[in-house]
Amino acid sequence: MRSGRLLSPEKTIEGKLLQKFRGSERLTDRLAAVLIKGCAFVAIVALVLIFVFIGKEALPIFTSPEVRTEADLGKLLLPQPERGFVWQPVSERPAYSILPLLAGTLKATIIAVVFAVPLAVAAALFTSEFATPWAREVIKPAIEILAGIPSVVVGFFCLMVLAGWLQSAFGWTYRLNATTAGIGLSLAVIPIVYTVSEDAFSSVPQRFRDGSVAMGASRWQTAWRVVLPGASPGVLAACVLGFGRAIGETMIVLMASGNAAVLSWSASDSIRTFSATIAAELGEVVMGSPHYHVLFFIGAFLFVLTFFINLTGQWWVGRLQKKLRGGS
Amino acid sequence: MRDIKGVTPKLETRALDLFYGHFHALKQVSVSIRPRAITAIIGPSGCGKSTLLRVFNRMNDTIPGVRLSGEVLLDGQSIYSRNTDIQRLRKKVGMVFQRPNPFPLSVFENVAYGPKIHRLANSGDLHEQVEASLKQTGLWDDLKGRLNASALSLSPEQQQRLCISRLLAVEPEVLLMDEPCSALDPIATAQIEELLMQLKTQYTIAIVTHNMQQAARISDETAYMLLGELVEVGQTNAVFTRPRDPRTEQYISGRFG
Repeated sequence: MRSGRLLSPEKTIEGKLLQKFRGSERLTDRLAAVLIKGCAFVAIVALVLIFVFIGKEALPIFTSPEVRTEADLGKLLLPQPERGFVWQPVSERPAYSILPLLAGTLKATIIAVVFAVPLAVAAALFTSEFATPWAREVIKPAIEILAGIPSVVVGFFCLMVLAGWLQSAFGWTYRLNATTAGIGLSLAVIPIVYTVSEDAFSSVPQRFRDGSVAMGASRWQTAWRVVLPGASPGVLAACVLGFGRAIGETMIVLMASGNAAVLSWSASDSIRTFSATIAAELGEVVMGSPHYHVLFFIGAFLFVLTFFINLTGQWWVGRLQKKLRGGS
Repeated sequence: MRDIKGVTPKLETRALDLFYGHFHALKQVSVSIRPRAITAIIGPSGCGKSTLLRVFNRMNDTIPGVRLSGEVLLDGQSIYSRNTDIQRLRKKVGMVFQRPNPFPLSVFENVAYGPKIHRLANSGDLHEQVEASLKQTGLWDDLKGRLNASALSLSPEQQQRLCISRLLAVEPEVLLMDEPCSALDPIATAQIEELLMQLKTQYTIAIVTHNMQQAARISDETAYMLLGELVEVGQTNAVFTRPRDPRTEQYISGRFG
């Protein structure tokens, strides 16, 4: 037996080396942590600052007397004498009703979502449940590449090709209208809804499918009655993401919607959306003018709208998940 | 192949060979499964017992690269002939899995699933059928107030009972059980075993199990498999007390496995 003298680790050479090494390791660890925290912080601060800046520029709608004589909240939202709801910011007597823009935005977005969601979810269900592995390897990347196409290219396609086809197919008066823009938007929405819901379908455990098939259900019944309900939170999340993309997308609607601020229920009238209005007008607006502040107000409104849609979506997804997993 | 005292077997294989690609998983297996009795299939891991079970409702069909030769008969009719309706076969020959796998739906929808897909009941009868199936497995009293709760919120034992109820609702003839208790604790296991003893008066049950005590406790017949071969099959008592094959004796006396 060796003597009872135990060397504490700091006193041996190996111990000292190890400590030195550990010290430097701890330093890099700490550096990495600081770096990562810093990045996260910058991202969040940037987000907050964007909102603060937009909010600040939108505020005169409520506070500044000069701006309010031309454009207060009532003039933006309520019908104006003789003119009703008109968006004519650049004229002798400017009118700033945002209702035609809201209608245009909602029309394009809803058409896009109605068009894209069934297609994308069905395509996702097909690739996840029915396609051969070979077909899946082709279809999935192909649809995902669609997300990578610059929206200006999609817009160009809508403007030059799609609009003509649709007009001759339906005999519309206006070549560029809400439906053209909505279908164009759906090209941007489909890849998002497809990818997210395909992941949701694929992550439904195989044992659910086995259980269903072992009872004599067909693959179709299994996909429709077991896989789809099992993936419903993911599919809903996909739809919310798709909606957010549709409402904020700018270039496609700018090119394919006609940009006429018409307030109507018709899906074949031209429209002007919030995002396209900001893009088209902010470059030429007089800084500090009522028009300038109204555009920022629209931006803030769009920001708040998408924020609440996402919030509601997440709450709903959470509720579905809870219902599915139990624990009521 | 063994003739069992003049009883026509419910399920039967004759000289069954099965390959996964080049792997010879079942070798010349000939076995008969008696109606309204529990047949246990025992053997070490990888011996082909689950594969054999899955042959009976053609669940191996979903695995790519499976080849099979020999005969598999249900009530004397081949189930691998060209005109076999697989969905009808699986309705008659249901399966309970190792891990309870209730669907991510409500308790009610889980049990109603089979009757709905096989169009067995109109909506009025559906409720009665769900109730009857839940009563058969002893779940009704616990769950009658929670029929709309998610099936995934139940305890593992309740989930496994629910999976059995779900099968019973399609009025099957054969229940195939692939280690149905391996995910359950001993008390839950005992309860499921008791349930199986009740069910065997109406159904033909084939159960794959790792647990030799379980086989000895509940089964009427036992089949012992090793490396894809059926080593021995007979009355459970006889197999456990007077095994004819030395390999069976080695296994049941715990020398390997």
